Amino acid sequence: MNIHEYQGKSILKSFGVGIQEGIVAQNPDEAVKAAQELTQQTGTNWWVVKAQIHAGGRGKGGGVKLAKSLDEVKEKASAIIGMNLVTPQTGPSGRKVHQVLIAQDVYYPGESPVKEFYMSVLLDRQSGRNIIMYSTEGGMDIEEVAEKSPEKIHKEEIDPKVGIQAFQARKVAFNLGLSGKSFKEMTAFVSNLYKAYDTIDASLFEINPVLKTSDDKIIAVDAKVNFDDNGLIRHPHYAAMRDIREEDPTEVEAGEHNLNYVKLDGNVGCMVNGAGLAMATMDIIKLAGGEPANFLDVGGTANAARVEQAFRIILKDPNVKAILVNIFGGIVRCDRVAQGIVDAYKNIGSIPVPIIVRLQGTNAVEAKNIIDKSGLKVYSAIQLKEAADLVNEVLKKGI
Amino acid sequence: MSILVNKNNKIIVQGFTGSEGTFHAQQMLEYGTNVVGGVTPGKGGSMHLDRPVFNTVSDAVKQTGADVSIVFVPPAFAADAIMEAAEAGIGLVVAITEGIPVKDMIMVKEYLKDKHTRLIGPNCPGIITAGECKVGIMPGFVFMPGKIGIVSKSGTLTYEAADQVVKAGMGISTAIGIGGDPIIGTTTKEAVELFMNDPETEGIIMIGEIGGGLEAEAARWIKENHRKPVVGFIAGQTAPPGRRMGHAGAIVGGAEDTAAAKMKIMSECGIHVCESPAVIGSTMAKVLNKVMA
Repeated sequence: MNIHEYQGKSILKSFGVGIQEGIVAQNPDEAVKAAQELTQQTGTNWWVVKAQIHAGGRGKGGGVKLAKSLDEVKEKASAIIGMNLVTPQTGPSGRKVHQVLIAQDVYYPGESPVKEFYMSVLLDRQSGRNIIMYSTEGGMDIEEVAEKSPEKIHKEEIDPKVGIQAFQARKVAFNLGLSGKSFKEMTAFVSNLYKAYDTIDASLFEINPVLKTSDDKIIAVDAKVNFDDNGLIRHPHYAAMRDIREEDPTEVEAGEHNLNYVKLDGNVGCMVNGAGLAMATMDIIKLAGGEPANFLDVGGTANAARVEQAFRIILKDPNVKAILVNIFGGIVRCDRVAQGIVDAYKNIGSIPVPIIVRLQGTNAVEAKNIIDKSGLKVYSAIQLKEAADLVNEVLKKGI
Repeated sequence: MSILVNKNNKIIVQGFTGSEGTFHAQQMLEYGTNVVGGVTPGKGGSMHLDRPVFNTVSDAVKQTGADVSIVFVPPAFAADAIMEAAEAGIGLVVAITEGIPVKDMIMVKEYLKDKHTRLIGPNCPGIITAGECKVGIMPGFVFMPGKIGIVSKSGTLTYEAADQVVKAGMGISTAIGIGGDPIIGTTTKEAVELFMNDPETEGIIMIGEIGGGLEAEAARWIKENHRKPVVGFIAGQTAPPGRRMGHAGAIVGGAEDTAAAKMKIMSECGIHVCESPAVIGSTMAKVLNKVMA
């Protein structure tokens, strides 16, 4: 699960991690009020208006603006709230902005120069341990840094038995070239950041940039916080931070029916049992000359009700010109699934696109008979190869 | 012959009396698996499916001599169950449970480091040695005995591959579903190594998916230790980056863990890579015929 920057920062702050302070606002008037309040709290004279969407690169798309007066706060907030923000991470269709974060200006001039760093906490799948990844090259795309100057990216592995140790936090601060007050601040920042990650069952923290201010404070200016979905059950108050406006409505609806559905841009829908076979089925569609319109795992119990729901979800996508159902019946009997398909077809009334049904495994032959005798406009197959050929045939007929 | 499990193993079921545990224990018994009992804390001393129920794994081991355990315990308690099995001296733990938090698995992995326990899974269909022993949730009838070993991250795709192998006139020695989570016990490379050392396995099918570096690691090992033909497939060639495809670990994070990158390195390491999942069995048949000719 992803959350917004303002939510991520509030969590970090609760663990003692320094942050750029801010107040979230839903409309321009709230934005002005937030700015006034923020000045009372922090003394800031300028404000940063930041679009809150679940995607990075917001500055590049015009979703982050500096405001030097309350009038400008209102003006920038008006422009950003409601805009369709396109960033390198949103794809060409962009994301609608529903709220902004009014944040304090932290790049104020002072005695020592301002510096930006990069820091993330994540799982290293190879070692099965969490690592802190950090770099002096903050504020830019870390993939770019990794490509151009990989020597500037450092990693610190955390031993799960003892958690983060003080020497590790010091190592990070030394490697970032800090000394004096900012060094001390950084060691606290790193320790608290890791403790937050570990405590809340996060799957990714990405703080870019981490800022050393001109008065040697260390703060998170941005915060990407992702949760391990499997751990959310332990944290209902974090689970409540989910913002479904940021998700595809069809995916949300599918989730409510416990269907694992991911919307894609293609023209052939698919319904499969098992995640691996579902991915493989998407690949088959591509090889047969189509493009997959979705990933959909109906899971182990492919009964009539679930099959019907899955059809309804797939058909919500107007790009879908054909549907491939691919079920490998193990414990689930194929004839039951076939009956489910026939019933679903009747309940939905009319399905306007051709359906290719491939049922293999327990009672596959009986299943094919049920489909063939149903009188439905359904192409049936038993072997995966036959199904692929049928997809190709249907696509060639012109859909 | 086979790897890891055979008809001599004694299996206990953790989460024995729950609905999943009960159903699949029955199925395993029907397959002929030597299920000697189960564990449900608080129900020790009773009988279930004509087998004794124990309060702790250690009691079960003492009373039955069990050496393999299969875990159906719900996700919040599954890590604890795996560690309990390891502490009791169980040699092979098969964790079926889906949805175990990563944080718990980090601790499990650490805990197992100095134990003599191999973990398969979690979030996997289990392991089956055809005709002898099924420790998992797969449909047993698909796996006709033979000489092809299968290692796969996915459940139904394993059944698919096994079915194709059988239809192409061959059979299965052992099939292992290693699971689709970011942290798992037995890796692709470890399973491949076991198959390479198994005299009765003549060919290996290796099925992976997007995310992580297990397939590349296995491929590099195969390049150095190539003794038997390996056929490979990677699911998710059409998966968009940054989106999780069902399995918790099936997500493209960078250029290295795409299907295309994995297929490339596998080909370079001498693996016969199938572009289509429909030709896994026929590719293995062709490759083996060539070897014999």
